[in-house]
Amino acid sequence: MDLQVFWFCLIVVFWSGYFLLEGFDFGVGMLLPFLPRTEPERGAMFQSIGPVWDGNEVWLVVAGAATFAAFPAWYATMFSGFYFALLLLLFFLIVRVVSFEWREKGESPRWRAAWLWANAIGSAGIALVWGIGLANLIHGVPIDSNGDYDGNLVDLFTGYTVFAGIAFVLLFAFHGASYLTLRTTGGLYERVRTAARWLAVPATVVGAVFLIWTVAVAVDRNDKDVFPVVVPAALGIAALALAALLAFAGRSGLAFTMTAVGTVAAVATLFTGLYPRVMVSSTDFSNSLDVPGAASEHYTLAVMTVVTLIVLPIILVYEAWSYYVFRARVTGEEVHPPTEALARPSSGSPSS
Amino acid sequence: MVVASTAVDLARIQFATTSIYHFLFVPLTLGLGPLVAIMQTLWHRTGDEAWLRLTRFFGTLLLINFAIGVATGLVQEFQFGMNWSVYSKFVGNVFGAPLAIEGLAAFMLEATFLGIWIFGWNRLSPRVHLATLWIAVLGSWASGYFILVANSWMQRPVGYKIVDGEAQLTSVWALLSNPFALRAYLHTMLAGLIFGSIVMLGICCWHFLRRREVGLFRRAAKLALIVAVPVTLLQLIVGNRFGEAVTSAQSMKIAASEAQWNTCQPCGFSMFQIGGFTAEDQTPSFSITVPRLLSYMATGSFRGEVKGLNDLQAEEQSQYGPGNYMPNVHVIYWSMRVMAFLGVLMFMVAAVGAWLYWKRKLETARWFQWTAIVAIAFPFIAATAGWILTEMGRQPWIVQGLLKTEDAHSPSVGTAWIAVSLGVFVSLYLVLGVLDFVLMRRYARLDRLASSEEMPAPAVTY
Repeated sequence: MDLQVFWFCLIVVFWSGYFLLEGFDFGVGMLLPFLPRTEPERGAMFQSIGPVWDGNEVWLVVAGAATFAAFPAWYATMFSGFYFALLLLLFFLIVRVVSFEWREKGESPRWRAAWLWANAIGSAGIALVWGIGLANLIHGVPIDSNGDYDGNLVDLFTGYTVFAGIAFVLLFAFHGASYLTLRTTGGLYERVRTAARWLAVPATVVGAVFLIWTVAVAVDRNDKDVFPVVVPAALGIAALALAALLAFAGRSGLAFTMTAVGTVAAVATLFTGLYPRVMVSSTDFSNSLDVPGAASEHYTLAVMTVVTLIVLPIILVYEAWSYYVFRARVTGEEVHPPTEALARPSSGSPSS
Repeated sequence: MVVASTAVDLARIQFATTSIYHFLFVPLTLGLGPLVAIMQTLWHRTGDEAWLRLTRFFGTLLLINFAIGVATGLVQEFQFGMNWSVYSKFVGNVFGAPLAIEGLAAFMLEATFLGIWIFGWNRLSPRVHLATLWIAVLGSWASGYFILVANSWMQRPVGYKIVDGEAQLTSVWALLSNPFALRAYLHTMLAGLIFGSIVMLGICCWHFLRRREVGLFRRAAKLALIVAVPVTLLQLIVGNRFGEAVTSAQSMKIAASEAQWNTCQPCGFSMFQIGGFTAEDQTPSFSITVPRLLSYMATGSFRGEVKGLNDLQAEEQSQYGPGNYMPNVHVIYWSMRVMAFLGVLMFMVAAVGAWLYWKRKLETARWFQWTAIVAIAFPFIAATAGWILTEMGRQPWIVQGLLKTEDAHSPSVGTAWIAVSLGVFVSLYLVLGVLDFVLMRRYARLDRLASSEEMPAPAVTY
């Protein structure tokens, strides 16, 4: 296969990995203010994603850097064109990242509540911004003949792109609730199950409308045929509908598998609808950036292909292992180091 | 200085702010990581619980910093495209590759295994749990290598050709073995170890001063000194050798860092001077100079020739056309001195500390304890000065000899937006910086470790 096309596919893989994994982290974050009732339950919610969220986020780092390396023109136009959106995204990202480490480092209820909300708002905000941002790639933004963004902030907000943002928020909330049904116990588990059922129908309906709308946008604005874009879209709709049914049936494991499939299918629909373009120009279609025009030279792509083919399987193995290590349900009652060792004072114990 | 449009200046200020801020946290992670891993290894080997307590104690400080390093790292990556789109298109073929490899091969490893380490205490066998920390440390050190490969290409471009106004990679081996990158890597990793050991020593001395857990922190101080003495000494040598690499790649940077206007042979090293920093005022009104030392530092020979700013300016003008090719001499001269003098000072602190330890006076010498506490600030100031020297010394180029900074910014991003984003980032960094300091200070008191089990939710503490 042509290396440029291969790297377009790899970019899709990285985005899929990011949303598949970090997607449920966002969902858990959004549900934080609503589901737990006690401090240990809040701790359990954080703990359910504590060991893995950081590794999950690296998929975004990789998606960004791979776009920079494999499609410099795409990276340059997208990141400078979406300046305000990305500023907002980075703001959400920073407060959310910090909230994981810092929340339990303070005891006051206000400190903890503040960081809990920072995580919740950050999670929802990131999902919203990425939904709007990625939908704009296919819906089209003003691009001049030089390949530079030539619009303003308002151009990013259209009916379709805002709807995509909302769809991402709902989809990840449902995905996160499905994840939590596998990871929680007791009263929290009961509330998580209820939340998953409450979210199932709206997430499925909004997700289905978003996917159908994406196919229509691809045909209408990106000169695509209905086939093959409709294939991942149909798969996504089917997966979400099944996930909803399974959530009501109480089949947590399968329901989570289906929300995962639905998430990946949504990413695949967007990028299938986009190919061979990488950014559609809304002002003059011929100004659109496409894969051959934006791609790096063969040598760079070949080098990165070798590295990726070696490293990616290793990543998949150790990430899978990390999920295996932390497969047990979280109760919010465990401490990490052997506690008896800490309780014992050493030679020079406090004198005052 | 090149007279640039406001948008470029603002974008530069924003990038500099983020980079400097990022590098306050990252080297501490790079240095504390292996130190904490050594402590846990000692616990594993000896079964001595003091080492476990120290692992926990310094591990917490490591994690508080890691979070903020990750967050600002993302800002770094995004800013290339956001503020420097022309640059991104120009270098993407070459510069993007090490960034992508860093994410895939290094950062993924670090982030995943650190997560496993934090939560893995009771889930993994002690041996496997210890291994996860070492793997995370390996990831962070590999990550530093790829980032410095990318940065060094901006200082000394190698393994490329220019086709249709864009740089294209021709040899990944040349890129990865760029001599500039290898020296910059060694210099930066040693800086990380200095951060880790000097901060650790300062915290130990703080506890000696407060007479808390003296026995416990005596062990940590010993470890910190065993690392700090050789590493601070080695850094003086490596920093010097790194200077030679800079001389061959960026003569202008070296001339500016010495405010050396005229070509000289042999050249004395100016320790301190008043005036002599601008083209209109080239002769300092007062200076203290060590004969021949600059020749040695810049070329490795006491008889070496160092080209002056005036000659280099004339050379670059004939090569690249009219323009000012000199960086801000005032800033570069002093940033070099702040870095170098603090480097020497940190070696002295470590050496005196080791002598006191050997004489068994470290726990009682209050004057030294205060000195070591103040010295916690030194690595932070020295590293900041070092990056100012490296990046501002490269001006007016963004990629040495290939692309000027004033031509590299994003045409689609207006001044107003950069002003807004700069305001957002600066406010956010200030708030997070203050909170980080408060948290670090709190967790640097040992009494919190003892009482941590009485906290309302011990469940998720790490």
